[in-house]
Amino acid sequence: MSLDKIFGLYTILFLGTTVLIGIGERLGFFSNQMIGWLFMALSLAIYVVIGVLTRTSNPDQYYVAGRNVPAFYNGMATGSDWMSAASFISMAGALSVQGFSGLAYVMGWTGGYLLLAVFLGPYLRQFGAYTIPDFLGARYGGNTARVIGVVAAIACSLMYLIAQVTGVGFIVARFVGIDFNVGVFLGLIGVLFCSVLGGMKSVTWTQVAQYIILIISYLVPVVYLSWQIFSIPIPELTYGQLLQRNNAAALAVTRDAKEKETRALWKQEADEANAKLKAGGLAEAETEKLKAQAAQAARQATAPAASEDAKFGRYLTVPTGTGMWNFLALTFCLMVGTAGLPHILTRYYTSPSVRQARTTCGWALFCIFLLYFTAPAYAAFARFALYTRLVGTKISELPSWVNLWKPAGLFDVVDKNGDGIVQWADFVLKSSDFVVLATPEIAGLPFVITGLVMAGGLAAALSTADGLLLTIANAISHDLYYNVIDPSASLVKRLTITKVLLVVTAIVAAWIATYRLSLIVELVAWAFSLAGASFFPALVMGIWWKRANAIGANVGMLVGLGVTLFYMIGSRFYGMSWWGTQTIASAIFGLPAGFLTIWIVSLLTAPPPREVQDLVVSVRYPKSGQGTKGDPLGRDLREVPAH
Amino acid sequence: MATTTAGRGPTSTPPARTAGELTERQREEYWRYNVKLTTVLLAIWFVVTFLISGLWASWLNQWTIIGFPLGYYMAAQGSLAIFVIEIAVYAYLMNKKDEEYGIREEG
Repeated sequence: MSLDKIFGLYTILFLGTTVLIGIGERLGFFSNQMIGWLFMALSLAIYVVIGVLTRTSNPDQYYVAGRNVPAFYNGMATGSDWMSAASFISMAGALSVQGFSGLAYVMGWTGGYLLLAVFLGPYLRQFGAYTIPDFLGARYGGNTARVIGVVAAIACSLMYLIAQVTGVGFIVARFVGIDFNVGVFLGLIGVLFCSVLGGMKSVTWTQVAQYIILIISYLVPVVYLSWQIFSIPIPELTYGQLLQRNNAAALAVTRDAKEKETRALWKQEADEANAKLKAGGLAEAETEKLKAQAAQAARQATAPAASEDAKFGRYLTVPTGTGMWNFLALTFCLMVGTAGLPHILTRYYTSPSVRQARTTCGWALFCIFLLYFTAPAYAAFARFALYTRLVGTKISELPSWVNLWKPAGLFDVVDKNGDGIVQWADFVLKSSDFVVLATPEIAGLPFVITGLVMAGGLAAALSTADGLLLTIANAISHDLYYNVIDPSASLVKRLTITKVLLVVTAIVAAWIATYRLSLIVELVAWAFSLAGASFFPALVMGIWWKRANAIGANVGMLVGLGVTLFYMIGSRFYGMSWWGTQTIASAIFGLPAGFLTIWIVSLLTAPPPREVQDLVVSVRYPKSGQGTKGDPLGRDLREVPAH
Repeated sequence: MATTTAGRGPTSTPPARTAGELTERQREEYWRYNVKLTTVLLAIWFVVTFLISGLWASWLNQWTIIGFPLGYYMAAQGSLAIFVIEIAVYAYLMNKKDEEYGIREEG
């Protein structure tokens, strides 16, 4: 059976099952919790089955899926590899809170693919190794570059992996109602079955399956809402109208006397908390609590419209000054980070040819684009629902979705001024995740759609976890163990080590996740700056400048990493501030430092040897003889031992 | 095999060959074309991302497109669509160039 038929049939079966569960719900067979269980069991079963069916011990299959993933499917796999729990669950919410500034994520996480397409992807495919440190090792002759690459790859990927595992735990706990820790380990089964049995081959095909689930579940609720309000099922086209209605609502709300009264009360609460803070002499826990209270109250006291005659709500206001600088810097860092993250770069090795690597990049961005250009629409629709279906209702007659989601701690509805009516400032947002999670119910859709959204969130978290896990395990087993420590290791030994490492890494990530450190989410955002500042300059210079040499690249990577880490830690923990730049945009300093260092140090030292310069030339032209074998140095890895 | 019309890839069906068989001149032309294309695409990327969707967004917001303030629209949707088109154009043109120079890969 052809791939198109297999995945077409799979999509139809998945939709059919969803409809069946929906009918079951309508007939009263299933409770909400049972629907949650059904979707979790169903999706985990799919991933396990794919893992078993695609198991392999052939190294080319295990490391790079046999280099025969057609562009369209590779695009889908890259899409779900890329879109994490954060993209799926949190981005739309962040946009509804941050407004225009939040668009840095939308642009950064898509525009990076252009950099990837023109600077790196096709060239890495022409080079054709197994891992990104492989390229660094061959291009910058030696193990130093390889080891720096390994360290940077693990630094970027591990935090990211822990966040995905945490995401799995949250999703499962929230929808199925089981313990967070149990949820984490259930999710691991889904991840490990694929990666251990079939490496990249299993991961690729599972990611394709996961992409299909996640894109369907993301689009259904908001398409339905658009249909409900405008009779046009394309939310991306209709939400412009909604922005204007939201703005009119924001102005009306801002003028409302009761609303002003409520906001004044919040302002009072914030002032009191600040006064207590100023007086000092409090225990640390007490201080933290007051600070949070003051911040929340101050937020609630802010009017949704910037001014009486504002053309747009505060939500759409374009930042100025430092705000604009940070917007541009963050967009840039997210872009170079996107182009520098090893678990995405590795996907280009799985393309059958340079030609398809180029097309893969196009399909990948298209698959990601489908979700990202819908995310701002989600934010607008959720805001619209709050203005029209919550503000002005009686506290005693709240809509059903409020009662369903309030216990989850995503938001609270309080009657601040005690008038028995909900004002805009009475809605206290605790986690903007509510935008994606609660939209199906806000739209009045049956619970089966909420189950579908859960399956989508799970798919997004697991698919990214798969890719990251494999990157970390390969970095240690293939790059560190095989290439640096024991180059005579047999194929069986290497694959065994990889498999053991997969399990160990997964358990370590899950174990750290069970501590639920709030810092983790923050550290994920750091991964982009770290990847952007370490890998991006060395890879781009390696391909685009023949003269870049080993010492330049090694020092450059370290300087890039060092400057970025220095500013991150300095600004996050020690109040450092260069032009008011925020911590997550640290690569704005590290990246130029990395490029400059490679350039200057390379020019000051001897040019790289002839073979390396030939290698650079060969990656620029398809069919250069390079890049068909598994190993960059021409060793055929299918016949081990190599040395 | 080196053609005498150096630099121009043959227009009829190109013979299968490897990049090693391109003349120095052909290699240079192929690479220069690639660099030029990349530069143009990156220039568009820069203007769209940092100027239109960034510094100029506030000014562009005075116009409205299908209900959206234009600056917001470009940052939320327009720029994304342009990125997709840019990659598609890059893939199409480079793949065509490969064919022209007879270094198109099968598969």
